[in-house]
Amino acid sequence: MAENKVVLSKKDRISVCFRSTFLQGSWNYERMQNGGWCFAMAPAIKALYKNKEDQIAAYKRHLEFFNTHPYIASPIIGVTLALEEEKANGAPVDDVAIQGVKIGMMGPLAGIGDPVFWFTARPILGALGASFALSGNIMGPILFFLGWNILRYAFMWYTQEFGYKVGGSIAQDLSGGMLQKVTEGASILGMFIIGALVNRWVSINFAPVVSSIEQAKGAFIDWEALPEGAAGIKLALEQYSALGATGLNQIKVTTLQNNIDSLIPGLAAVLLTLLCCKLLKKNVSPIVIIVALFVVGIVGHIIGLL
Amino acid sequence: MSSIQIILVVIVAFLAGMEGILDEFQFHQPLVACTLVGLVTGHLTEGIILGGSLQMIALGWANVGAAVAPDAALASVASAIIMVLGLGNAANTTTVISTAIAVAIPLSVAGLFLTMLCRTIAVPMVHFMDSAAEAGNFKAVSGWHIAAICMQGARIAIPAAALCVIPPEAVTTALGMMPAWLSDGMSIGGGMVAAVGYAMVINMMATKEVWPFFALGFCLAAIGQLTLISLGVIGVALALIYLGLKDMIKNNSGGPSSSSGDPLGDILNDY
Repeated sequence: MAENKVVLSKKDRISVCFRSTFLQGSWNYERMQNGGWCFAMAPAIKALYKNKEDQIAAYKRHLEFFNTHPYIASPIIGVTLALEEEKANGAPVDDVAIQGVKIGMMGPLAGIGDPVFWFTARPILGALGASFALSGNIMGPILFFLGWNILRYAFMWYTQEFGYKVGGSIAQDLSGGMLQKVTEGASILGMFIIGALVNRWVSINFAPVVSSIEQAKGAFIDWEALPEGAAGIKLALEQYSALGATGLNQIKVTTLQNNIDSLIPGLAAVLLTLLCCKLLKKNVSPIVIIVALFVVGIVGHIIGLL
Repeated sequence: MSSIQIILVVIVAFLAGMEGILDEFQFHQPLVACTLVGLVTGHLTEGIILGGSLQMIALGWANVGAAVAPDAALASVASAIIMVLGLGNAANTTTVISTAIAVAIPLSVAGLFLTMLCRTIAVPMVHFMDSAAEAGNFKAVSGWHIAAICMQGARIAIPAAALCVIPPEAVTTALGMMPAWLSDGMSIGGGMVAAVGYAMVINMMATKEVWPFFALGFCLAAIGQLTLISLGVIGVALALIYLGLKDMIKNNSGGPSSSSGDPLGDILNDY
């Protein structure tokens, strides 16, 4: 009976991998990624089942609820392909087992995908590209686009193949220590980078002047007393390098921002971020917070605080 | 804009709209979308600069689970088009770019509602897929899926096309009417908005264990000489060291017996 075993060729698997690019295409509030999942499985179903009833059953099986991180779906697809292949060859794999593996893997794996891809890889690559782009350098977008897509396709193909090879055993494998370690490592790296990004890219400047002191003679460059011509410039520059930026004017102005920065640079930014965390935890919609921040920005600017 | 340019812009917008849901090639990220709009309209450099600035704001925006983040696709495409229209009228480059950044934020919120609308329309579409599968019409199953993707593309392409045909003068006058206190205030607000994205990320990942790493990253970032790459290397090293140490502790205490390193314990155990 099982003399001519049906197997998925490499071409079938490449086709599934390519179509899984469109996993989220028909994302909907009812069953989320189900349409895309079925769309991705279509070549495999066609290759494995010759009988029309079996094909219909397989389609219906793969239109069930599914939702995970779009790239992390690849290893799950790999495992499902292996299970479907066994089923097509007469192994007693029922619909519940296949659905169980899908559901069982999607939650914990999405827990890796979101921090690793959305919150670590993309912010880092995006910030890197953006820092080139800010000076109008075309390398910024190219670096981001190529880097991301090479990373993505390599990940999708190799993890799908990995899932296909180890088949059903992957589910137990991943629920062990390895998965936990990857998640933990990713969140450590993620939190570290987020901490850095908050400092660098959240900008708040408090404008109010706290104090303006008339500096003592010698603490500032006495522009009137400088000699004429190049000698004067030389003397001014020498004094500047000794006195620093505060030496440029006789009046030393300290803004509220200067005082905050002397505690820890970026303290206001981190406090704002923590406030947002608190509000989000209290189920305040991010959109409300964003709109509120704009209002604060405009009002703060008008009253001269920001 | 010439008609060829408009067609190319609409194609870019369509790609961005598709990607807004697919999240694969990243055509919807400002860095890519604004650059492409700039490229096809002959304002490449300005497009790259706008893309870079918006990317900084949108770094933490991500669709997690069923939640949707502010829409980067509409924000980047529409603000890039507004920028191009403004530049076409020979306005000052820096002001045009900074105004484009300011309008991007409300656009991202508008895009969010369009996304939610599309995701709701997709519900009946998967029901059509159900009945097509039931009938054994597999071509139609794939067809509906592709239709859903195209709907997401149209979500951005239609507003983009509408923006393109608006006379540039109208855009520049509208931009010119914006008082300075409003646009300055909005760019101050824009600087703070990034905090919301980071807060979303933090809430996802934060546990008691990883908060110290946030503090480390925050304080080290104040050192200007450390680039993001070197900060990344430090982060990876910290993660590896921490996990390694944790493993060592676990192996020591969880070992089969505590015979080594604790002679007093051994003696006590022997009793």
